[in-house]
Amino acid sequence: MIFGIQVNEGPYTHQASDSAYHFAKAAIEGGHKIYRVFFYHDGVNNATNLTTPPQDDRNIVNRWSELATEHEIDMVVCIAAAQRRGIVDADEAKRHGKGGHNLADGFRISGLGQLIEMGIEADRTLVFGD
Amino acid sequence: MSQNVKKFCYVNRKAPYGTIYAWESLEVVLIGAAFEQDVTLVFMDDGVFQLVKGMNTKGAAMKDFSKTYSALGDYDITKIYIDKESLDERGLTLDDLQHLTWEDENEDWAEKDSIHLVDRKALGALLEEQDVVLSF
Repeated sequence: MIFGIQVNEGPYTHQASDSAYHFAKAAIEGGHKIYRVFFYHDGVNNATNLTTPPQDDRNIVNRWSELATEHEIDMVVCIAAAQRRGIVDADEAKRHGKGGHNLADGFRISGLGQLIEMGIEADRTLVFGD
Repeated sequence: MSQNVKKFCYVNRKAPYGTIYAWESLEVVLIGAAFEQDVTLVFMDDGVFQLVKGMNTKGAAMKDFSKTYSALGDYDITKIYIDKESLDERGLTLDDLQHLTWEDENEDWAEKDSIHLVDRKALGALLEEQDVVLSF
């Protein structure tokens, strides 16, 4: 089966991102495919490489990056939601004259159309949030 | 139109201000309209407050997006379901909500109501028939 996953909450405050990650991992291990993971609302905060959790805790951002790299998962951060919350890649930083960029490896910034397309193309769409 | 038309349902469950979910949900709905899917909107729980008329956000210094709902008909979003029990629990009636309409091109652009009041049993059946349910 092909799954689409939407993550609506940021890391650590809510468990949504953890649950989505564990679901994605289990689905892949079970032989399923992940069409895309779409990060929306505060979920875009899962994509900042400035995250530095204590060493004895999980690194939620790196964990997503590694999963994406290892299994070639398309991980999309909503551009409108990201701009509001200060998640930028190099191009966006240049366009808006920002002094730095922070999009973690394995993520890309794109529009909400990617969420709708995911709903169309995936067999099942799952929303992780409150 | 894409041959692959799915039933998309956006379920709005949170109050319009206080959190950003209502506004960012509306952004998805408006962008999604371009994909010409079979779209249904549901308002339940505190989400019914999103459609209350006569909003004034000046005191909170927030952008008032409530007028955007009246444009949904122009985006071919014509099916809006309100959970009756959610209204009742909050002391609201349909008269407290915006009157949302759409124009039916198959009937000489007759103006029709977009809003349908349903009970939870009917809402459950409605959600059951959807392909994609995005909840906000």
